[in-house]
Amino acid sequence: MDEIQKTLLMQVADLHEVPAGAYNIRSNGESAGRHSTEHIEIVTKEDKPGIDIYIKPGTKRESVHIPVLMTQTGLKELVYNDFHIGEDCDVTIVAGCGIHNGGDKASEHSGIHTFYIGKNARIRYVEKHYGSGEGTGERIMNPETVVEMDENSYMEMDTVQIKGVDSTERVTKARLGKGAQLVIKEKLMTHGKQKATTNFYVDLDGEGSSTNVISRSVAKDNSEQTFYSHINGNNQCAGHSECDAIIMDNAVVRAIPEITANHLDASLIHEAAIGKIAGEQLIKLMTLGLTEAEAEEQIVNGFLK
Amino acid sequence: MLELKNISYHVDDGDGKDILNHVDLRIDKRFTAITGPNGGGKSTLAKMIAGIIQPTEGQIFLDGQDITNMSVTERARLGISFAFQQPVRFKGITVLDLIRLAAGERLSVEGACKYLSEVGLCARDYINREVNASLSGGELKRIEIATVIARGTKLSVFDEPEAGIDLWSFQNLIKVFEEMHGQTQGNIVIISHQERILNIADEIVVIANGEITNAGTRDEILPQLLDDSFACRHNAGGCIHG
Repeated sequence: MDEIQKTLLMQVADLHEVPAGAYNIRSNGESAGRHSTEHIEIVTKEDKPGIDIYIKPGTKRESVHIPVLMTQTGLKELVYNDFHIGEDCDVTIVAGCGIHNGGDKASEHSGIHTFYIGKNARIRYVEKHYGSGEGTGERIMNPETVVEMDENSYMEMDTVQIKGVDSTERVTKARLGKGAQLVIKEKLMTHGKQKATTNFYVDLDGEGSSTNVISRSVAKDNSEQTFYSHINGNNQCAGHSECDAIIMDNAVVRAIPEITANHLDASLIHEAAIGKIAGEQLIKLMTLGLTEAEAEEQIVNGFLK
Repeated sequence: MLELKNISYHVDDGDGKDILNHVDLRIDKRFTAITGPNGGGKSTLAKMIAGIIQPTEGQIFLDGQDITNMSVTERARLGISFAFQQPVRFKGITVLDLIRLAAGERLSVEGACKYLSEVGLCARDYINREVNASLSGGELKRIEIATVIARGTKLSVFDEPEAGIDLWSFQNLIKVFEEMHGQTQGNIVIISHQERILNIADEIVVIANGEITNAGTRDEILPQLLDDSFACRHNAGGCIHG
């Protein structure tokens, strides 16, 4: 692995070297390393590009890393990764994609991640996106996450895209069974002429299921962001979505939350707020000796932390 | 030492109002309280010292240096701190972050806790809380004061620290200022209506209708204010409690 790839790996997976536990590193469309463990098996798909990850029932305190690195300009790929998570598991899954584009052709990674989460399993899923490179070629990422949650399972999904991705269209679809709980935390920053769209579709099918979809974003320069969330309460359930955006410069931010109650005992809330950094916040930090630019940076970093 | 020379602040809001009118003021005592009726120009003056509001006329000197045209940042770096009447809230910025920014260094958690303890907060409970609406008015107020203490500058300006806090918090707040009075190396300026705060001041300045109407030592001024206040209840005029 060269220095650029190592940097990407650190950005998307906080890894300096190969991780402990199970992992699969995909680099420029090929496998650059794989390790299965006693409880977690990673297998190449035969009918299409991608992998199947099988996590045995009862696996606890283990992790899976599946970073994707792209440094070859003009590369386009569509990958299917399916996670089969057994009952009573408690695992952390770290995915992420780093594109370094030094050329003039667009590099594009589209990943479809499907999670089948067994009864009473607990999953923490972390996904980071990062782009770098001086080339004029676009860095494009279109992740799709599909989640099927069985009884009393729990998933926390943290997605972060802070830098360097020119265009992204994110789709997350989830279907929750009885007592299942899904927490989504999205952090997004766009700058330059970047465009980002996120779509959340959550079906609260099971009795006592709940979801909390929280998006915090900062749009700078001439970038554009659109946030859609659709929560359907199809049973006695609780759903909450929150989109909170800071707008700067000439950026455009749209928030379109939709909640639908198809059941008398569905309790659904949506909140959406868009606004610039409050002047008094800047002034407070300036009275502590920060310049206006430093104050702005602190406020943005805190907001996305 | 801070010196205001011939300071005026005029607002063009149609009928043109003088918020401050040719104010001359010299602050060189350890603890100066500025009081007077609401709308008299006290907060405007405090913000002007911090650089948040620019005077329409006059000059401000800090230790002989003209700071009239300096920005908020420049004044802060020269040694002026300002505690807001209504503390600002932040999403995502923690109490620890704010204390570190105030101290201008990456303080240890223990180091930051020391400042919170000084304002009577049980530090460990607060250090990782966000400075947002989940904190009460009294808590935010004390954190605001802690940021000023953490800076430890030669001039600290507090704009009505007692505003918006409950009686219990107020008792603690007085203790904080009493201790600060004992320990400070710099000058403290407090805008206040509270007799107990005026009572620990070395000097009291009274501002009404944009002008200094009275100024002197606590022993000179406080008895007059209390008399006026008493008279106010009977004659409906000149009340310091606004």
